[in-house]
Amino acid sequence: MSGEWPLWEIFIRGQHGLNHRHVGSLHAPDAEMAVKHARDVYTRRNEGVSIWVVRSAAITASSPSEKGPLFEPSNSKVYRHPTFFDIPEDVGKM
Amino acid sequence: MYAQMVKSEATNEDPEKLAAFQARIDAGEKIEPKEWMPEGYRKTLIRQIGQHAHSEIVGQLPEGNWITRAPTLERKAILLAKVQDEAGHGLYLYCAAETLGVSRDELTEALLSGKMKYSSIFNYPTLNWADIGAVGWLVDGAAIMNQVPLQRTSFGPYSRAMIRICKEESFHQRQGYDIMMKMAQGTPEQKAMAQDALNRFWYPSLMMFGPSDKDSVHSAQSMAWKIKINTNDELRQKFVDQTVPQAEYLGLTIPDPDLRWNEEKGGYDFSEPDWSEFFEVIKGNGPCNAERMEARQKAWDDGAWFREGLMAHAAKRAARKIAAE
Ligand SMILES: [Fe+2]
Ligand SMILES: [Fe+2]
Repeated sequence: MSGEWPLWEIFIRGQHGLNHRHVGSLHAPDAEMAVKHARDVYTRRNEGVSIWVVRSAAITASSPSEKGPLFEPSNSKVYRHPTFFDIPEDVGKM
Repeated sequence: MYAQMVKSEATNEDPEKLAAFQARIDAGEKIEPKEWMPEGYRKTLIRQIGQHAHSEIVGQLPEGNWITRAPTLERKAILLAKVQDEAGHGLYLYCAAETLGVSRDELTEALLSGKMKYSSIFNYPTLNWADIGAVGWLVDGAAIMNQVPLQRTSFGPYSRAMIRICKEESFHQRQGYDIMMKMAQGTPEQKAMAQDALNRFWYPSLMMFGPSDKDSVHSAQSMAWKIKINTNDELRQKFVDQTVPQAEYLGLTIPDPDLRWNEEKGGYDFSEPDWSEFFEVIKGNGPCNAERMEARQKAWDDGAWFREGLMAHAAKRAARKIAAE
């Protein structure tokens, strides 16, 4: 077994009510240490109210080559945007 | 609303903790899943968010009814996208409820056993294409009235789900109004269909906000906790004030002979819906309650082999991966 600390992905909630956002990664021997390190690395200027850490190995990502098949189909579905419909201004905000 | 008549749960916990919790809410802080919260707050939220989620899911049925019969391919694609959004809304909300310690299956089973409710509005039938216009315009319109203030609710996951949902709702209401405009500007028969749809959906839409709760203790507790932001009457009034000019633009008549502008209050006076009808619908005696529950039960039963099959497949693949390592 390699003695190298595993990689962790760090998510910080910047403010009450917001989603946690990915800010970067770091190495740590376990989850508890990862939180401590994340505190030191990513919140030195009071950037957060909460930290999540996730083992990088536990993240499954879509591959860049799948971009077309994954996201292009929504390009043709312009009607999902409210501006697709011409609603007269007289009827108020809708 | 999508959550109607949600009873708040009594809470008897350490008064000091309760006061500190209330102070956080009053200061506009969000409560997050792993933080301390009163049992009553947690239970009331599960009930409200769960009911809201069930409404999104059951709400797909009356509209899904017209997907195969939409008048054009474009209208069909649009309606399909709208109904697909509602499925997404259900999922956002179920996930928010699950952060409170209830499982997805528990929520589904509570719906199917009748222990949990969904909005009364979805127990009315969609008889023709004009109804699809009326649903988008009025039902999504009423839902938006309720959901916009809920973006500020005190529970973080609920608030964030609402923000996502509100971004998507505008499309829903506009596609409905767009259908109504087409119908109202069409042949006399089409216009009559639009009027008929408005006639049938007007009072059930007003019922969506629930009976007056200005004297309700449940409502007072939920408002203190910022689980509820406005009274039912406030939201209903706002909805009427917003909708009447939209009906006028269409050249349609709100089916209420007592509807009139009240200069003093700066809003319309209008007739209350028939609340005895509302309570019958809530009890299960609306025109489509049995049909809706049958459809949900069938989807749950027919989907069982599929859910189990995919789990078995995932377990097999995981085992193979371990064996290969
Ligand atoms: Fe929705
Ligand atoms: Fe909607």
